[in-house]
Amino acid sequence: MTDIRYLAPQTLDEAVGAFAAAQGAARILAGGTDLLVQMRNGVARPGTIIDIKKIAELTSIEETADGGFRIGAAVSGAVLAEHPRFGTVWPGVLEAINLIGSTQVQGRASPGGNLCHGSPAADSVPAMVAAGAVLTIQGPNGRRTLPVEQFPVGPGRNSLAPGEILVSFSLPARPKGSGDAYLRMIPRTEMDIAVVGVGVSLTLENGVCTAARVGLGAVAPTVKLVADAATALVGTKLDDAALEAAAAACRAACKPIDDKRGTIEYRIKVSGVLLKRTVAIAAERAGRA
Amino acid sequence: MAKVHVTTTINGEPVEFLCDPGQNMLDVLRNTLGLTGSKEGCGTGDCGACSITLDGRLTCSCLVLAAEVEGKEVGTIEGMAQGDHLHPLQQKFLEMAALQCGICTPGVLVAAKALLEKNPDPSETEVRFWLAGNLCRCTGYDKIVRAVMETAAEMRGAA
Repeated sequence: MTDIRYLAPQTLDEAVGAFAAAQGAARILAGGTDLLVQMRNGVARPGTIIDIKKIAELTSIEETADGGFRIGAAVSGAVLAEHPRFGTVWPGVLEAINLIGSTQVQGRASPGGNLCHGSPAADSVPAMVAAGAVLTIQGPNGRRTLPVEQFPVGPGRNSLAPGEILVSFSLPARPKGSGDAYLRMIPRTEMDIAVVGVGVSLTLENGVCTAARVGLGAVAPTVKLVADAATALVGTKLDDAALEAAAAACRAACKPIDDKRGTIEYRIKVSGVLLKRTVAIAAERAGRA
Repeated sequence: MAKVHVTTTINGEPVEFLCDPGQNMLDVLRNTLGLTGSKEGCGTGDCGACSITLDGRLTCSCLVLAAEVEGKEVGTIEGMAQGDHLHPLQQKFLEMAALQCGICTPGVLVAAKALLEKNPDPSETEVRFWLAGNLCRCTGYDKIVRAVMETAAEMRGAA
């Protein structure tokens, strides 16, 4: 074992300073459900581990003045599930985050880690994309924001510059009549990696869809925002023709791989099926909101 | 290598230890502190045999750096019985033979206890979902689930 340093800074400035000073030899520790596995397998050999869980901004959930939410990147799925309001406002985002791993994993794993790990099949990411989450990122050159769909750039790769740390997710306020949902297809009943994952967020006014966003996961090198699927839904009453057009847009957005969980053909077909099912759940929730 | 000095609480007792910065808590429990009730199945957070609570929250000790438990409350299987007095879950697992080889049992018990503290009246589905991260290769889960349900009912009756 090489010499490792463990740091648990109390402030973001200290964390950014240490991370930048390590020049790529450090890894950020949130829940550790990916990092500790990578260290055990020898995939990750960090010189410094920077535990961000003592930084209040990284571990808090806030309802913002405009009615939105700000979720610290290191908040665990279990903590988010216990928030009195988050799951009623963003049920789809919460169910996507809570699908990641077991109860034990939920006690540690965070949406920030899920995003930064960079799996194309990360469950929380399509739901965050659908929700229109905006990231706050801090680095040696200060703070910036970035729409979540622009964060992943390839499997295991993201658009963080050297020394930058993901701080939080900001979710917008919900207009009346809004709902979201996330569905994934897995070969088992639980505890598996998505073959396809679809997140949908939409708003209905008198039965007409006035706004929609669709996030698609596990069918391309990165999770994608499928703008054409949203366009197919907006202005309609979510009739069969609109749903089929949106499903076709999802199928067209797929660039999947063949693997033991699903073939290319299967993933493409299922992306359309899941789109329709996910829209139905989001619309039902919107009707109640 | 520079060791990290950690001051923590394990099963209500103050504990201090030295660890390597990259060492996980399961390793420290078993090999530094001699608390061998937590088992290593996979070492990657899949099997739940090393389940502990950290400030009351269920987790896998193989996924926690030992340095992270500074100032926290750690709960392990060794803290479950009070002296010779078994926890109702332990008693019920014996009565209903909800174990065979026993390797997964400490993790299952720690997880089931955390469930009943959060939800004293879980449905069978809730029990099965909660325990889905505790793999057992012997019993097929049915006896485990029934024992947890039965214990929950008895504990509600006694309360």
